[in-house]
Amino acid sequence: MPANNIMIYSLSTCTNCKLSMELLDKQNVKYEFLDVDLLEKEERKPHLKKIKELNPKCSFPTIKIGESVVVGFREEQIKEALERL
Amino acid sequence: MTKDEFYEKIGKIQRAKGYYFSNDKEKVMELIEALLVNKERYGYMVCPCRLAQEERDKDKDIICPCVYREPDVEEYGSCFCNLYVSKELNESKIEHKFVPERRPVDMMF
Repeated sequence: MPANNIMIYSLSTCTNCKLSMELLDKQNVKYEFLDVDLLEKEERKPHLKKIKELNPKCSFPTIKIGESVVVGFREEQIKEALERL
Repeated sequence: MTKDEFYEKIGKIQRAKGYYFSNDKEKVMELIEALLVNKERYGYMVCPCRLAQEERDKDKDIICPCVYREPDVEEYGSCFCNLYVSKELNESKIEHKFVPERRPVDMMF
């Protein structure tokens, strides 16, 4: 888990993933991200398992902020989760 | 096909079917560019916001326009990645519409 507990599972082609990252940038928070589509198929499996645990629909973006999980680009939920950090 | 050609040609065809590109032009052009990237990578235009299995048969439900567009635009006024929207959503003040993933998760594996 990254030092400040923020991880985005994303796709390199996904605009809503990009918008989520831009929102975090504006909030001046550090985060890690993983563009799952850029991984080789075999490499994806453990990550997809993890994403599915966090988000049963396994959709993108899946954003883990501390103990909270935000599914999709939802500004209010992301901000609320940041406050709970 | 270039982004602008896609925007003009495909836009016209889809408008005739009642589906409109979002007014958020910047987002739409990014999504169109992503579709063209996916066409290059996989040989078909997989939805930019979904993970392809890189086998056409397994990805056919998420080849744009995806099979989920109709029920999503019907219910939310927008498709999953906000490329296609209803006329009403474009005329409303709503800037960003979150659409939950309708696709059954087991189709991803």
